[in-house]
Amino acid sequence: MRFAISLLTLVAIASVIGTVLRQNEPLANYLNQFGPFWFRVFEAAGLYAVYNAPWFIAIMAFLVLSTSVCIWRNTPGMLRQMATYREGIRESSMRAMAHQTEFACTLPTDEALHRATQYLQAQGFRLRAGATGVLAAKSGSFSRLGYLAAHSAIVAICVGGLLDSNVPLQLKLALGEARPASSDTLLSQMPASARLSADNASFRGNTLIPEGGASSVAVINAGDGVLVQELPFTLTLNRFHIEHYSTGQPKLFASDVLVTDRETKQSFSARIEVNKPLQYRGVTVYQASFDDGGTLLNLRGHHMLAPRAQPLQLNGRIGESAELRYDGATYRIEWVGFRPINVENLATVGEGGANDTDREARGLFGRVRDQMGSGREGMTPRELRNVGPSFSYKLRDAAGQAREYNNYQLPVQIDGRPVFLTGVRDTPSDRFRYVRIPADEALGIDEFLRLRAGLLDPSLRAAIAQRFAANAVRGGSVSPALQARLAESAERALTTFSARGYQSVAEFLEQAVPEPERDGAAQIYLRVLQGATWEAWQLRREKDRLPVLDFTPARVQFVQDSLNAVSDLHFYGVPIWFSLDTFDEVKASVFQMTRSPGRNLVYLGCVLLVLGVFAMLYVRERRIWLLVRDGIAVLAMQTNRRTLDANETFARHQHALMALLSTTSSSKGAVHERH
Amino acid sequence: MSATERHGLMYWQSRSWQDWLYALALLFGVGYAQQRYSAYMDSYEQIILLFAAPTGIALGWSWGALQRLFVGSAVLALFSISLYTQELARADRVFLLKYLISSQSAILWMCALYFAATLVYWAGLLMRSAFALATATGLTWAATVFGLVGLLVRWYESYLIGADVGHIPISNLYEVFVLFALITALLYLYIEARYATRLMGAFVLLVISAAIGFLLWYTFSREAHAIQPLVPALQSWWMKIHVPANFIGYGAFALAAMVASAHLLASRGVLATRLPSLEVLDDVMYKSIAIGFAFFTVATILGALWAADAWGSYWQWDPKETWALIVWLNYAAWLHIRLTKGLRGALLAWWALIGLLVTTFAFIGVNMFLSGLHSYGSL
Ligand code: HEM
Repeated sequence: MRFAISLLTLVAIASVIGTVLRQNEPLANYLNQFGPFWFRVFEAAGLYAVYNAPWFIAIMAFLVLSTSVCIWRNTPGMLRQMATYREGIRESSMRAMAHQTEFACTLPTDEALHRATQYLQAQGFRLRAGATGVLAAKSGSFSRLGYLAAHSAIVAICVGGLLDSNVPLQLKLALGEARPASSDTLLSQMPASARLSADNASFRGNTLIPEGGASSVAVINAGDGVLVQELPFTLTLNRFHIEHYSTGQPKLFASDVLVTDRETKQSFSARIEVNKPLQYRGVTVYQASFDDGGTLLNLRGHHMLAPRAQPLQLNGRIGESAELRYDGATYRIEWVGFRPINVENLATVGEGGANDTDREARGLFGRVRDQMGSGREGMTPRELRNVGPSFSYKLRDAAGQAREYNNYQLPVQIDGRPVFLTGVRDTPSDRFRYVRIPADEALGIDEFLRLRAGLLDPSLRAAIAQRFAANAVRGGSVSPALQARLAESAERALTTFSARGYQSVAEFLEQAVPEPERDGAAQIYLRVLQGATWEAWQLRREKDRLPVLDFTPARVQFVQDSLNAVSDLHFYGVPIWFSLDTFDEVKASVFQMTRSPGRNLVYLGCVLLVLGVFAMLYVRERRIWLLVRDGIAVLAMQTNRRTLDANETFARHQHALMALLSTTSSSKGAVHERH
Repeated sequence: MSATERHGLMYWQSRSWQDWLYALALLFGVGYAQQRYSAYMDSYEQIILLFAAPTGIALGWSWGALQRLFVGSAVLALFSISLYTQELARADRVFLLKYLISSQSAILWMCALYFAATLVYWAGLLMRSAFALATATGLTWAATVFGLVGLLVRWYESYLIGADVGHIPISNLYEVFVLFALITALLYLYIEARYATRLMGAFVLLVISAAIGFLLWYTFSREAHAIQPLVPALQSWWMKIHVPANFIGYGAFALAAMVASAHLLASRGVLATRLPSLEVLDDVMYKSIAIGFAFFTVATILGALWAADAWGSYWQWDPKETWALIVWLNYAAWLHIRLTKGLRGALLAWWALIGLLVTTFAFIGVNMFLSGLHSYGSL
């Protein structure tokens, strides 16, 4: 008993470790986290997979053993206890009980016992009469079966759970019945030693099937390698459905599949959803997750730094990679992912702490009042909008360095203006840093490219500067010398900015202007840069035989946003930006497949456990003995639980029996009187 | 006629006309729901609905106060629903909705009333005022009515937001905190009636107040009260029985811990003359751990069955699951000590109190500090 409790404590402690320390992560993560010494200690203790650690399994086995022994030892006695009435009890034993009393009984013994029998039967007792004026009664004896049921349940659940754990797999590996292959191996080339036959009794594996594809195996991770589990059927994915609520949360994941028995060749259709698995031939198939099954992207690549390069036409399939020669360098482009829907909260973008001050101003009662009403939404405004598809890819340079990009297909409204978002990050653990490329009035990219081409073209710079100076002084009479200086500074602004964007502008100002005047100078400088850029854009339009645009605040803003984007793009890495023209989405569904031979045993254990616990805790075993002799009655009661209501119960029976036995009048009514 | 038959007959004969009326109303309600909404429920949900009637009748018959609670809350909730006239925005325009019986308002009233009840219980305990204690009981009942109305109306509101958004309000941390307060209060009120003493209220209401404090913080600083649609993993009829069973367990454990703290104080002479006897406190502690343990067992099993449907395995050592096991083992050990060794008193009281820490961690700590598959709420 004490031993069992210590084991339970150990299980609890191991479980705590298992929840605090993330389990089954790549070993490198733990090494990072703990350093080499503790890493090795924890590894030896099996803490990275506590629930599969030999010592944990051993504790469980001991628990099962000790509980079994306990059942074995206690069962015969309990069954005997349940069967007996102990009608041969001695008066001294009765008088030693916690609940016992004596009262006068003027009735003849037979009559007294008869009345008592009727009363106790009506109270749900079963009775047996002893030899010497003793009446033995009991109720609720099967509470002892509760003990049996609950403890057998523990054994059943542990054994069933063991069958379904990965212990059978570990045994197979230890016995050399299967040898994992490297996880890079193609499925079709898996050696026979890494294949498990379809009648394997217990397994848990995953399979990814693209729409239109089929699979008749599941993949099982085993250590560093994988095993392939043959299934008794082939699963073909016709369609994968994913639906979202308007808030962007997922609403439905469902797969329409065709199941074909590999033996009988018969097929049937089925739908697998989260919470609605498919069961066939002892295998349960779950909707585990989903992925991209090889969406085809038609893209255009735009050179973001060199002016006027022709866009590059390109196709890419998610999951594949290709060589990309660009701008004199060779890259490997890996198509990483595609998302057809992105729901973003646009209300919080670009909004400062106004809301907080707002809140303060409302005061306590105002805030409480705000909370009153329906549970529809919080006070923070939310404006959820689907901003359309996005895709991501990695560009790996000749040195093997990869940068990951994430681009949205459609322009997104930020601060009320449409921009194309393109994100870049150096490692997967970073967050994407987004460059905002302003969309033009036709919601395209053409005007931005045109502006940028004009801005960056050295051959146009002199002409741009002249125009800028001429336009800047139009209407006023300004000396030619001043006009020349304006043109000169415009040209310098363009040249400086073209080098490395605002960074070079800042460096230039730092060098050329003393600290106190720098702010003012910067403002003038930026005004000049903006004006010159406007001219660059218009000049470029003229050369493309397009009309010069009128000056509007929106267009000025466009120029400013374009300048920001051009500057940011200097930190973009590879100077190519892909826009998505069209796509052909192919989804894939990830299924988990299991065969759990222990499940029914576990479920049986669960039923037993519930019955057992309720029987043990809520069925009260009560035994009552009544001895009548020589004008007195001795009453005693025994219970399995020492609770307060036992006192009450005893008092109730005592009063009822006293009333019944101490009077000669027939008192049938009194039987129910105090009920 | 056998003894048990006679027993049974008496049960039926001793029912009052209110009992029958209540049963009839419940049957009518369930019949109406079945007739009107069966198209929207799967067969399991219809079975749950069917079982709701006898369960509700049995509960109401064995404790008459529940009848009044259920009927009162239903009437108020229906009144609130009628005020909406199927338009959610009326929650802000109709005075009674805005300030009394829309879901948020009712829940805020619940919070205020539980706080008030806590104060009045303490006043009654310290001043030995039977009147104050009776008032506190009344406040607790009122709070419970408001909480129940709040949840019922919230259920309705979720369908007004969108037919596909609608769901029973026991699916996120905010909603289950309300449920926790309600269940703990009801368990306490039952014990109060059974043991005919109001002296434990001051302690039990403290844990409810703590939960309410958390709920308010959660509402005001995290805006957690917004009704959210259900992600696919939560779209299951299992949720409808797993969650309530779990919270009966949590509620009962919390109650036991508060009574345990009263026991510990009284056994050191603090408030000893004001509190019920140590024997009574000990008995209540055992009874509520027994209730909690039984329901927690059921809840954990239901969770495992659900997990088998949703995640493909009835047990996979997800942190929430694992902590449920730890809580279960803790109270299993508690019961073993008490039942097999017959131990009682201070040690078990301390243990029950520490059990509350373990339970609290399983309840919210896991959501706060550990990540896992349980998706119903994170902080
Ligand atoms: C966690 C799983 C459990 C284990 C490993 C376990 C193990 C044990 C062991 C080893 C004993 C001692 C038997 C002996 O030495 O004679 C025992 C007794 C007992 N257990 Fe459990 N038990 C478990 C769950 C439960 C549960 C859930 C209950 C229900 C409340 C329970 C109630 C009892 C009772 C009442 C006894 C005493 C039986 C008697 O002697 O009358 N046990 N248990």
